[in-house]
Amino acid sequence: MINAIGREIPENIAGIKNIKPYGGPFEYVPTGRLTGPNIILNRPRSEKVLKSIEQAIDATGLKDGMTISFHHHFRNGDYVLNMVVAAIAKKGIKGLTLAPSSLNNINEEIIPYIEQGVITAVETSGARGKMGKLLTSGKMAKTTIIRSHGGRARAIESGELRIDVAFIGAPACDTYGNINGVEGKSACGSLGYAMVDAAYADKVVAITDHLVPYPLFPVSIPQTQVDYIVEVEAIGDPKGIASGALRISKDPRELLIAQYATTAIEYSGYFKQDYSIQLGSGGASLAAAQFLKAKMKQQGITASFGLGGVTAPFIEMLDEGLIKAIYDVQDFDIPSIQSMKKNANHQEMSASFYANPHNRGPIVNQLDVVILSATEVDVDFNVNVITDSNGVIMGAVGGHQDTAAGAALSIVVAPLLRGRLPMVIDQVHTVCTPGETVDIIVTERGVAVNPRRKDLRDNLREANIPVMDIEELRDLAYEFAGKPDPILVSDEVAAVVEYRDGTLIDVIRRPLQL
Amino acid sequence: MKLRRTMMFVPGNNPGMLINAGIYGADTIIFDLEDSVAISEKDAARHLVYNAMKAIKYPCEVAVRINHISTPFGYKDLEVILAVKPDLIRLPKSETAADIQEIDAIITAAEIKHGFVPGSIKMMAAIETAKGIRNAFEIATASPRMVAIAIGGEDFLADLQTSRTKDGKEFHSARGQLILAAREAGIHAIDTVFGDVNNEEDFIAETTRIKEMGFDGKSVVNPRQINITHQIFMPTTKEIDHAERVIAAYKESLARKSGVVSLNGKMIDVPVVKRAERTLAYANAAGKNNGRVKL
Repeated sequence: MINAIGREIPENIAGIKNIKPYGGPFEYVPTGRLTGPNIILNRPRSEKVLKSIEQAIDATGLKDGMTISFHHHFRNGDYVLNMVVAAIAKKGIKGLTLAPSSLNNINEEIIPYIEQGVITAVETSGARGKMGKLLTSGKMAKTTIIRSHGGRARAIESGELRIDVAFIGAPACDTYGNINGVEGKSACGSLGYAMVDAAYADKVVAITDHLVPYPLFPVSIPQTQVDYIVEVEAIGDPKGIASGALRISKDPRELLIAQYATTAIEYSGYFKQDYSIQLGSGGASLAAAQFLKAKMKQQGITASFGLGGVTAPFIEMLDEGLIKAIYDVQDFDIPSIQSMKKNANHQEMSASFYANPHNRGPIVNQLDVVILSATEVDVDFNVNVITDSNGVIMGAVGGHQDTAAGAALSIVVAPLLRGRLPMVIDQVHTVCTPGETVDIIVTERGVAVNPRRKDLRDNLREANIPVMDIEELRDLAYEFAGKPDPILVSDEVAAVVEYRDGTLIDVIRRPLQL
Repeated sequence: MKLRRTMMFVPGNNPGMLINAGIYGADTIIFDLEDSVAISEKDAARHLVYNAMKAIKYPCEVAVRINHISTPFGYKDLEVILAVKPDLIRLPKSETAADIQEIDAIITAAEIKHGFVPGSIKMMAAIETAKGIRNAFEIATASPRMVAIAIGGEDFLADLQTSRTKDGKEFHSARGQLILAAREAGIHAIDTVFGDVNNEEDFIAETTRIKEMGFDGKSVVNPRQINITHQIFMPTTKEIDHAERVIAAYKESLARKSGVVSLNGKMIDVPVVKRAERTLAYANAAGKNNGRVKL
């Protein structure tokens, strides 16, 4: 069947139940009730601290075929996922579904366990490197499911993604299971993705390298949601978890893209007192933060709130009073982690609060402006952030779909050319974010406004930036780099890309050349 | 009026930079075949620049800095590059009028050979020695193709047997003589590069200084220096307002066929009108013309 953006979605895909084709950003109306974890009895002074991960695995009753989850706030410094999967493998448990909020390169360590059948299915936001290649290879026993951060929260809360055991890396944890992310040697800041897992998994295991006497405060994940606690030597490598303040790019091309993006915001009509904004952590986004800061100061404008993955430039804006509050689902650097610890206006939030389209109001719905990055974009404004030019999974959807749908103005920044490859093309290989939710594409050569947004195009005419048709950008890209040959793929679906509402926006077929 | 506030050097042997050279808003890009290209890559750079100029429409003036004709590369550079009709040839280390005239003859021959409009390829000279500075006016007027003279900083300092200081005192005399020669010849005076691209503060100070001295622009080595330079060269709102009033009064007097131009009871002479035109040209280029006058 063909979905609403013209993508062919097979009627039967191994392991995917209730296939619903994408119909539009707010077309699918859900029914049913939220799910919940099992009810249990907890007696006074029960002991939650166990001696080892193995003991915790036994205590949870983990069995073949169950689903386990992890959070990715430790980014490329994560030890927890690898440690737990190794322990599970030792016990001979097989056929598990691995459902982390995302996967990083460091998690490649578990590939042998996938090959041995310990893990036979993956549901996540994305993957890179060897893991991405494996998920695209068609060698997985079950089709991989790729979801946005909001989509994952939705799937968990609706029971579509049923987590049997959630393993939560806890930078600080007390002896009764209260957890926060801002203390300890492995502090990562917000635990926004883990919050949903903790609230809905049947069993929750906290793994910590900073066990403290009861009670810990502040509390991010409460004792009421934690079954067992294991203390280990290290849950992550601080160097991989968070760097010092992320550096603003010096790449002139990124700076130019950032300048155009900032000017587009300035002239969009949304740049006014108490507007709200989300910026990414990519080079152009960080640079845009600097330019935006200058414009806000110049024009005496302050933002009501900032959102999403948090970085040092955002914190500076908070500290200088240019942003009144920050809602934080993930931190990228040390200044952000420290800020969340000390500043009451820097508020931790769950992935559901952030972006779940099927609760009573994700904060993305209140967002005015978001800047997002892209691997490639097409003339219908569809965006791919997941597959590389060879069709292999190499990125993550993250909050892309969620913020693009929720924000009044969604700006996608991308270079026109990456090396010898055009990035504005006829049709993206994989659609992650539908073009109808993307308003402006910014490249170093020109800025294209979605024809649906005539109002924006009229506004931007006043701005001193090159506004072009998206087709002109594509033609320019092809003129420089030539038109790329389509990636040859088999019929075999290696992964599905869900839209945030659970419908299928695209499928990733196994490339013939891997 | 042609502006040369920023003349950006782009190494001729870097394909990525050649492709993107035109996007940063420099008034002139200078594809460099000389100092930024290693001897082993001279050949490749020459042909890369040739092909880039053939294939890409740059939205600004395009210059090529050739190697000196005393090297084995200079004539070859001209032979290849002139075929794609650069707007401007930049000569390194010019010391005498004869240096200019020799290249002028080669360009003239190339224009005839390729059927280009005679005189359409311009020239500028970099002066990099004390001798060159002494001959600056002769160099500036050696050919009608000459549109600018510039200081080539590092070589000049080597010749002077000194080094850079924070306030640039080592350049004072040369800059002064260069600007006088350029003004007398009626062509542009371009300042030398500021190589420490991360030192924004000193770059701003130096560029402000040379703007105040009367220079028309600066050679830059990084796109990040372009906007800063353009900002420094941007006239103030007050200057623009005044210039607009001068031009309006001048146009009105022309319409009245009156030989006398006055504004608020004060006589306006030709240099004032020219200065006003220059101010508005800089304002227009920076997109800050108060929305009224377009030149």
